[in-house]
Amino acid sequence: MLALSVALVLSALRESIVFFNSPTDVVEKHIAPGTRIRVGGLVKSGSFVRSDKLLIRFNITDGNQEIPVVYEGFVPDLFREGQGVVAEGALEPNGTFRADSVLAKHDERYMPREVADALKKQGHWVDDYDKQAGAGRPAKSQQGERAR
Amino acid sequence: MIAEIGRFALVLALALALIQSIVPLVATRYRDTVLMGVAETTAVAQFGFVTIAFASLIACYVISDFTVATVFENSHSAMPLIYKFTSVWGNHEGSMLLWVLILSLFGAFVAIFGANLPLTLKVNVLAVQSWIAAAFYLFILITSNPFARIAEPPFEGRDLNPILQDLGLAIHPPLLYLGYVGFSITFSFAIAALIEGKIDAAWARWVRPWTLAAWMFLTLGIAMGSYWAYYTLGWGGWWFWDPVENASLMPWLAGTALLHSAVVMEKRNALKVWTILLAILTFSLSLIGTFLVRSGVLTSVHAFATDPLRGVFILVILVAFVGGGLALYAWRAPMLKQGGLFAPISREGALIFNNLFLTAACATVFVGTLYPLALETLTGAKISVGAPFFNATFGPLFVPLLIAVPFGPLMAWKRGDLPGVAQRLSGAFAVAAAAIVVTFAIAGGGSILVPFAIGLAFFVMVGAVTDLAERTSLFRAPAALSWIRARGLSRSAWGTALAHFGLGVTLLGIVFETHWGAEQIAMVKPAQTLSLSGYDFTFRGLTQRDGPNYRELSANFVVRKDGAVIGMMNPSKRSFATREMSTSETALMTRGFSQLYLSLGDQKPDESVAVRIYYKPLVLLIWLGAVVMMLGGALSLSDRRLRIGAPRPARSKTALQPAE
Repeated sequence: MLALSVALVLSALRESIVFFNSPTDVVEKHIAPGTRIRVGGLVKSGSFVRSDKLLIRFNITDGNQEIPVVYEGFVPDLFREGQGVVAEGALEPNGTFRADSVLAKHDERYMPREVADALKKQGHWVDDYDKQAGAGRPAKSQQGERAR
Repeated sequence: MIAEIGRFALVLALALALIQSIVPLVATRYRDTVLMGVAETTAVAQFGFVTIAFASLIACYVISDFTVATVFENSHSAMPLIYKFTSVWGNHEGSMLLWVLILSLFGAFVAIFGANLPLTLKVNVLAVQSWIAAAFYLFILITSNPFARIAEPPFEGRDLNPILQDLGLAIHPPLLYLGYVGFSITFSFAIAALIEGKIDAAWARWVRPWTLAAWMFLTLGIAMGSYWAYYTLGWGGWWFWDPVENASLMPWLAGTALLHSAVVMEKRNALKVWTILLAILTFSLSLIGTFLVRSGVLTSVHAFATDPLRGVFILVILVAFVGGGLALYAWRAPMLKQGGLFAPISREGALIFNNLFLTAACATVFVGTLYPLALETLTGAKISVGAPFFNATFGPLFVPLLIAVPFGPLMAWKRGDLPGVAQRLSGAFAVAAAAIVVTFAIAGGGSILVPFAIGLAFFVMVGAVTDLAERTSLFRAPAALSWIRARGLSRSAWGTALAHFGLGVTLLGIVFETHWGAEQIAMVKPAQTLSLSGYDFTFRGLTQRDGPNYRELSANFVVRKDGAVIGMMNPSKRSFATREMSTSETALMTRGFSQLYLSLGDQKPDESVAVRIYYKPLVLLIWLGAVVMMLGGALSLSDRRLRIGAPRPARSKTALQPAE
């Protein structure tokens, strides 16, 4: 029973882990196209384009590097230029990131932790964010925060 | 002034909790019954003071007193009254106050309704309960004071997060906390029993109603949370394997295991050591859930707090109670005598099977939830473990468990007759086989798993009915005799069957929704029609209106089936000025147990809008099954209440029944 559970857990972990990367990581680590990853940063101001129908394009930036993203579907209510975002999907051979889900985990005061870390690493962290994040309470979320 | 009353009441509750933490232990040591009685008074008084604190906070919200920081940050004077109420616990500080309110409520219940308990056990339970309470009062007063004032009060509040402005917030957190925190009682019972070093079948009988009550609330709380997520997020999903969801699922799995192992302990005086361990683990998982949600360690979409002091404080509480509980267990448990021998094929064996699989499933959820945190702490790598992991581990563990469910209640205690039970389940097998064949014929090809899963759902449901039919000799004896037997059947037997039936119902809903659900995303222009699963949706245009604290843009759709109009659906977008946020309000149309689901996306200048349409076949069964499970628990609980009045030998009431 124990062995069965451990075997299940290990095989499932190997297949379903998704790593988080900042745009700089993506460029520096030369992540292979087709590998499922998450990319987080800010939606670059002025980069958001809604092309035909439901296809959207935007760039994710950490102030150092930028990754172009394409996504087909609904963006979260909280998605906005200049705000934190996490996209999950895979790189295409041409360097575009094709996302199949987009999370905007923020409100006007809070930023996703991974995004904050990525920005700090690139030296683009403004102290003000910290104060805002500290003063503001909840990490308000798109996926619906239920007060548990 | 009101806020100060609240804070002062909370300090008094802390003082009482400290007294109640120590006095009963001293009193039982010296066998001083008068001193022991103190614990009952303090438990009720504690509840009284926390109620005063909670009521003060509610008052601050209702009168929109923006000099109080949490009110300013989470409320708005224009908000409807119901949301002013619910925003009390729609934030970190308030929800912790709700947490201790429920904790002290359970303490008071033990003090008031625990008249049949041995006095020493009762006061020790209250003492342990008070340790937990004192730790959390301190946590609130030191790190999360909901009554803190602002020096220069603003005129208007920042409003409640629009996503939380929903009736779901009124129902879901209180139910969930009643479950979560309710398990504190079983923990206290376990620790008190370990302190006394005396655990017998009677202990299981006393602790079972509390476990059952907590389990019922948790079941309903999780189901309501799932439904809330389903209709509020606009993604059509009802379970995301989000860490915060897992945090509530883990105590549920462990609590379900505990519920079953306590039966063995009560009836057969066996599995004592294991039951005590489960009681400790279940509440530990509740505490871990609280830690995960409250400390902000999660990258979860739900995480509230960003203040590290809180995280460390809860971690200390967690380590103290989980570590302390397990250490006490390791020290005292070997002294407990095991009793009640049984063969592997028996009711006991079936319940152990249940426990093994439930705890294994719980462990996989635990790994999937905490592995990313551990990895990041150790290596700095950030990963996410999503639905594929849980589907690959949780599913294979639950299938054998579900197959075993109908067998368990039909097994005899001590030594069961597997071929005999299988024979009695022949009806269930037949229905399951028929369901598999029919599904296969209709769905054709496709995954073989789907017909099998439907067969399994029917097997579980018909198995539960078979259990009742066997007990009442339905179809074998004259109807009148069956009727008499049905009336003589204990409510817990009815409860068991009902809860197991609910499990099958939920499974059926999950399979249908997952495999036959349909989805379409499109841009529509006025007068354009979209079709999905035999339904036609004609977009008629957008209308704008003003709500109390938002502006709403709603899209009007006419829904037709076979050309006939069956109704209107109006999904909308609300924009809240105060927080510059918008939310999507989905439109739902219920057809039997199935639903049509519409959610709105962006609009373009040319009057066209993006829209998502879902057809969700039998989706309501998912939550309805959980409600049935909860009702099964309630039936069983109503039986126990009669019995706990005067503990009797377990089998005295079962004269009429074949084997309970």
